[in-house]
Amino acid sequence: MSETPCTKCAWLLQLYLDGELDETEACEAEVHLDACGYCRRQYRFERAFREYLRQTLTGEPMSPELRGKLVALRATAHPADGA
Amino acid sequence: MSGQAPDTEGRGLAEEALGRVRFEEEALTYADQVYQVARHLAGSKEEAEELMQETYARAFRSWRSYTPGTNMRAWLLRILTNINIDRGRRKQRQPPAQSLEEGDYSLYDRLEDVAGPGSAEDEERLLHRLSQSDIVDALAALPHDFRDVLVLVDLGEFSYQEAAQILSIPIGTVMSRLHRARRLLKQSLASSLGEDT
Repeated sequence: MSETPCTKCAWLLQLYLDGELDETEACEAEVHLDACGYCRRQYRFERAFREYLRQTLTGEPMSPELRGKLVALRATAHPADGA
Repeated sequence: MSGQAPDTEGRGLAEEALGRVRFEEEALTYADQVYQVARHLAGSKEEAEELMQETYARAFRSWRSYTPGTNMRAWLLRILTNINIDRGRRKQRQPPAQSLEEGDYSLYDRLEDVAGPGSAEDEERLLHRLSQSDIVDALAALPHDFRDVLVLVDLGEFSYQEAAQILSIPIGTVMSRLHRARRLLKQSLASSLGEDT
């Protein structure tokens, strides 16, 4: 599978996936995706990749200790009347 | 002259105190989301925790510069990224420029190779061959300039415009760094697959 991805498509795909295209441009991207099997596959992969990244990297919430420290900062942040 | 009744003055102070309390409460409701970004901008969990404390200390001090009704999460993240940059973390230099398309789809190819010929695994199944630690390591190994943008857009879910404002860089730079960050990440993950199998 060594078709050469064209630079323009790579950009278009990125912007489309990131929700950065306006309505007309998004339509153009969709028309292209509809017609081009290669880009369609890449699009599906890229979309799944972003989602997988988000799932994998969004983990481990902040510790209660850290939260406590942040709340304490708040209390000490305004000793008198604050300035 | 100083007919500003002490009453009015008192009310003003009370309103300010109330505004401040509201600000602090709202800022704290974003702490978890800000932490998710901090965790990946900083090199380690400890660093992320320090970064969070500095960020909130600064936010609480400069609460007056926040305009109510604007995006507070972005405001907090701007403070966070600035502190992170101020910490002299920008020592790494960018890798040499590569052509835009080079290596772009290598990860997909590599995953398909690993799955074996004729495998009909869909994209999600293929991606599950990448372990969480491979992804965390690959992200941590990205040059900071690239990682900042990727974390803000992909994890922080900021628009290019917002990321550009937070990082004080032009939007075109956000776009190109983001593109390159993703490509580097995929290249690095593709080679990690090579090592494991």
